[in-house]
Amino acid sequence: MSYLLAMNDGQIRFSIILIYLGLLLGLGFFANRLFRGTKDDYLLASHSIGPFLLLMSMFGTTMTAFALVGSSGEAFQKGIGVYGMLASSSGIIHSLCFFLIGVKIYRLGRKHGSSTQIQFFRDRLESDLIGLVLFPILVGLIIPYLLIGVMAGGGVIAVMTAGAFPDLGLSENGAIPSQYGSLLICGVVLIYVFFGGMRGTTWANAFQTTVFMGLGLVTFVMLANRLGEGQTLLDSLKNVTSKVNPSKLTRSGMSQTLFLSYMCIPLSVAMFPHLFQHWLTAKSAASFKAPVICHPVFIMIVWVPCVLIGVWGTTLDLTDVRPNDVLAYMVNMKIGAFMGGLLSAGILAAIMSSLDSQFLCIGSIFTNDIVLHYMDQSKISEKRQVWIARIFVILIVAITYVLSLQGYRSVFTMAVWCFSGFAGLFPIIFAALYWKRLTAAGALSGTLAMIGSWLYLFQQSGYGANAEFALSPFGNQYPIMPVVGILLCSTLAMFVTSLITPPPSQKTLDKFFPSQD
Amino acid sequence: MKLIIILMVASLLILHQDFWNWDREALSFGFLPIGLTYHIGISLGAAFVWWFACTFAWPPGIETFDEQSSDSGEQS
Repeated sequence: MSYLLAMNDGQIRFSIILIYLGLLLGLGFFANRLFRGTKDDYLLASHSIGPFLLLMSMFGTTMTAFALVGSSGEAFQKGIGVYGMLASSSGIIHSLCFFLIGVKIYRLGRKHGSSTQIQFFRDRLESDLIGLVLFPILVGLIIPYLLIGVMAGGGVIAVMTAGAFPDLGLSENGAIPSQYGSLLICGVVLIYVFFGGMRGTTWANAFQTTVFMGLGLVTFVMLANRLGEGQTLLDSLKNVTSKVNPSKLTRSGMSQTLFLSYMCIPLSVAMFPHLFQHWLTAKSAASFKAPVICHPVFIMIVWVPCVLIGVWGTTLDLTDVRPNDVLAYMVNMKIGAFMGGLLSAGILAAIMSSLDSQFLCIGSIFTNDIVLHYMDQSKISEKRQVWIARIFVILIVAITYVLSLQGYRSVFTMAVWCFSGFAGLFPIIFAALYWKRLTAAGALSGTLAMIGSWLYLFQQSGYGANAEFALSPFGNQYPIMPVVGILLCSTLAMFVTSLITPPPSQKTLDKFFPSQD
Repeated sequence: MKLIIILMVASLLILHQDFWNWDREALSFGFLPIGLTYHIGISLGAAFVWWFACTFAWPPGIETFDEQSSDSGEQS
């Protein structure tokens, strides 16, 4: 007890973070007790996930560091327009993708036994090559997405543990350095994914989504009261808003064409491999109704407080603070150690609820689409298949961690580039489900056009270093997001090539477009 | 019904581009910038549209497929 009283604020926050991480590990080990020992159970939870868990896991998976850390940092820089730019548009587009693509993928996946996107495309397009082309592209695009979480997690721990261990010489301010924080986050996620598989991941996602939604609201109320110092919450909200520069409360500095073109970014969810895998865990098609309906409201619950907190941050002296760290700094400055620790756990929950699914899905893609596809399945036991997935997950975690040490990038900018790549693949998945005339050559050329244009534009932006990079086909006063160019390239290449190559066989069309569709 | 849903989604996408709120400094409830209030409305509108779509335009026959697949799963 005396030890607890002797702890400094940083140590208290760090202890709470450790307790939270311990709870997650416990959840992973518990899920492992229900593990049936099969690959299907490890990677798809034996298709047993009902509406509530599906809603929470799909939402938790799509809301990453981008939603909490990225949104508050971007609102700190650009004002309230960030919400319309990505949150309200995602509410429309994400649910559209769940409705038009998720339900159909679930149905076809269950019917034909697909576990990954690559399996689906191979069957639909009667082509092995599409799998070989998609594999490095999907893995390559998901690694920056993973990096966002790993870097943000390390950053949050570094900020929240400031002054915790001044005598250890770990850093100048006595904090746990961000690289150690990132390592801790990677280690915890790796352990519960390793043992719990998809069931553990889904439970952890549901738990973490509840935690970050609840604690996000608590953070909002506490920060409003501390910053506004009013008699009531409404008074505090009014007081703090009155201190904000009016330009941050409008979109006066924001381009309307850029705002419009941001609408294409959320199309990325249609091709997220980890979301694809979550779709296949559903118990029934009806399980999709809750995520389709509630997703826009859930986004609102998370994003509105974060955007307002980011805007309020402009009233404080945060000149030397990096945008990614704004939320953590404000919590650190304005909220006591105990609540600060809880709120840090909430931020980490949002980050880890995406990392876990992404790690697992990469293991799944490698096992199903490379190992099992090119080797004699009968010679590899189910147990060995699970181990192959686990080993590949470890490898990817290690690669991501090493890459995260390579320097700072804005979470928001990196996320937007990563999402732009996935959004560029949207025409392929949409056509695969709704356009009989799509051919393997069409999908291949669309995919190559996407990656070619993405790489070119990413290089032009200084590999993400120029956060303001945009296309200007109609003059500098009408900038548009690079995603529009990428989408046009992939759509055009896919469409033209499909029309000049022979259509898929009738057998495949009958399989994927049965008469009741 | 499909046409109604398509029109509703298209309306949301058009309403999302609220150029008329761009420079407005008005606050709702004394603290919520009008541009943000408007887009909260868009989020709620999206939830309504998707509720409507799930209720009146859910893909036909999909529940039957679920029952068939669960039956065959039990048999296997």
